[in-house]
Amino acid sequence: MSSSTSSSSPVKSTGLHVGAIKPGVAKKDPILVADGVRRQFGGLVAVEVEHVEIPRNAITALIGPNGAGKTTFFNLLTGFDQPNDGKWSFNGKSLAGVSAFKVARLGLIRTFQLTKALGLLTVMDNMKLGSTEQRGEKLSASLFPFLWKKKDAEIEDKALEILRRFKLDEKKDDFAASLSGGQRKLLEMARALMTNPELVMLDEPMAGVNPALTESLLEHILNLKQEGMTVLFVEHDMHMVRHIADWVIVMAEGKVVAEGAPDEVMKNPAVIDAYLGSHQDIDLGTVTGRVTLPTLPKEK
Amino acid sequence: MDFLGILSSSVSFILAPTTLAYALATLGLAVHFGFGGLLNMGMAGFMALGAYGYAIGVLTFGLPWYLAAFVGIGAAIVFALILGIPTLRLRGDYLAIVTIAAAEIVRLLLLSSAFGGVTGSADGLSGFNGPGGTITNPAEGAGGFDQSNPIPAGTYGFPPFLDNERIWYLRIVGAIILGLAIFIVWRLVNSPWGRVIKGIREDEDAVRSLGKNVFAYKMQALIIGGVLGALGGLMLAFSTNVNSSVYVTSLTFFLWTALLLGGAATVFGPLAGSIIFWVLQAFLGLLFPALAEVGLMPFSTIQASQIKFIIVGFALVLLVVFRPQGLFGNKKELTFVK
Repeated sequence: MSSSTSSSSPVKSTGLHVGAIKPGVAKKDPILVADGVRRQFGGLVAVEVEHVEIPRNAITALIGPNGAGKTTFFNLLTGFDQPNDGKWSFNGKSLAGVSAFKVARLGLIRTFQLTKALGLLTVMDNMKLGSTEQRGEKLSASLFPFLWKKKDAEIEDKALEILRRFKLDEKKDDFAASLSGGQRKLLEMARALMTNPELVMLDEPMAGVNPALTESLLEHILNLKQEGMTVLFVEHDMHMVRHIADWVIVMAEGKVVAEGAPDEVMKNPAVIDAYLGSHQDIDLGTVTGRVTLPTLPKEK
Repeated sequence: MDFLGILSSSVSFILAPTTLAYALATLGLAVHFGFGGLLNMGMAGFMALGAYGYAIGVLTFGLPWYLAAFVGIGAAIVFALILGIPTLRLRGDYLAIVTIAAAEIVRLLLLSSAFGGVTGSADGLSGFNGPGGTITNPAEGAGGFDQSNPIPAGTYGFPPFLDNERIWYLRIVGAIILGLAIFIVWRLVNSPWGRVIKGIREDEDAVRSLGKNVFAYKMQALIIGGVLGALGGLMLAFSTNVNSSVYVTSLTFFLWTALLLGGAATVFGPLAGSIIFWVLQAFLGLLFPALAEVGLMPFSTIQASQIKFIIVGFALVLLVVFRPQGLFGNKKELTFVK
């Protein structure tokens, strides 16, 4: 929507949960519900989520230390990996055993931690690939341009509109490989929007992005919510989580250890122990060397 | 040394039926690798199935030549399905290993004396282009590929393309098949289907996350490229006898050389690459023994004829290092080759 959303504090959705806040608390209107999802790699249990619900039309952050199983959980939910056990549903429809491309068609779109821009395709072709309505993608129809030319023009208009929003429209004829890392992140998010998703799952959207671009990415994520989409994202930048998340889910060692509104969850001793460290509010310079402290925080 | 003679017979390869056959198979590789990112190292297997399918269709099943041709194409489709179902779910490199092994299995089965009655074993098969004079052919005398030639007997053209009606018929049939194939491939890769397949080449997980059935697309590409390979084998069978010693792994590598020469992700590159490669092969193959004969090379003529392979191998290395997009590939793409 407008650029004013980023400068002022975004409007947070509140009252998303039902009953007392605890890990796995029920939501008023969950879009995604997971039950007993467990993924084991040999002896290592990477994910063991008893119960979790993602609130609809809100921005939910999934945080946790490295190796907590956040990305693995993403993979399980989107069909890129199959769990050993458990069931999960999207809009009430069970997704167990549904392959990744069908999950995407249902409106659950993800991005990747390591950006997957399609390098030797132009930015515009990247965008057009996102569309789900092009019948020319069928082998039989592809040979007859009159069957898909018109639709392709429509898709191009839509892609241009989204690219303009992401300030990539001038790059539309360049190979995606020529974009910078941050621009590729933008392109991946823009491409995901071409599919008209209901739930967008972003895996570390801000990693390696400079502060100015982070601000514009934040704005784009807030816009998604305003347009009625649901966002679930993994992020290590706590300022960003505080700023835009309506709800925070904390994972550690494969389990959901805490949930709640951002400000409250960050005061939770379990979260401080497992993830934030006890000196999260102290300037980094103070804790790294000059002043001797009993324990150093693992991560800011 | 008859240098003009060498030059003339090399140039004749530009329009040779075999060059057209190799160009078809190379186009198949372009669909597989250049556009779909499928590392198929077993194109010779697809060609063998096309050739043998046709020959066996005529000789054993007694089919008319045009129906027998479809046996060859059908065999390639079945082969693509058998290869693809277990391997397309795996990473690309595994397909390379499996295809190279599968093509060898096909060749060794065709060579095996166990099926000698059908495949002709080490002797291969012959006579399937004729009127059908073999004992096993119930459609005896119905007329094969050669009898479908509408060109009256005689010699046509001008040197070095001075040939009889059979060669000209082969050229025309080959050119029509190749022209159609190039047109269809051009249409395919410039359609939304081609966009998806190129996306899969870049990163199949990304394409999967956008709701495309990656497995089905890869299978379609494998089949289309495989059918083009079978058409190449078919063209070879139209022009000469079939023998399993032709469809060896080095044939696949020659096709790869021609593909990389012309440009993997191009539609006309395979044709241009094939022409350049086989003209050059013929030229060097004739030139070096001739040079050795007159004492300009310190080798025996037999040794000298093998030197072309060393040169070709060296050229391939230089090509891949310094011009990986091929002679006709997009220059911009070169900047970003991984």
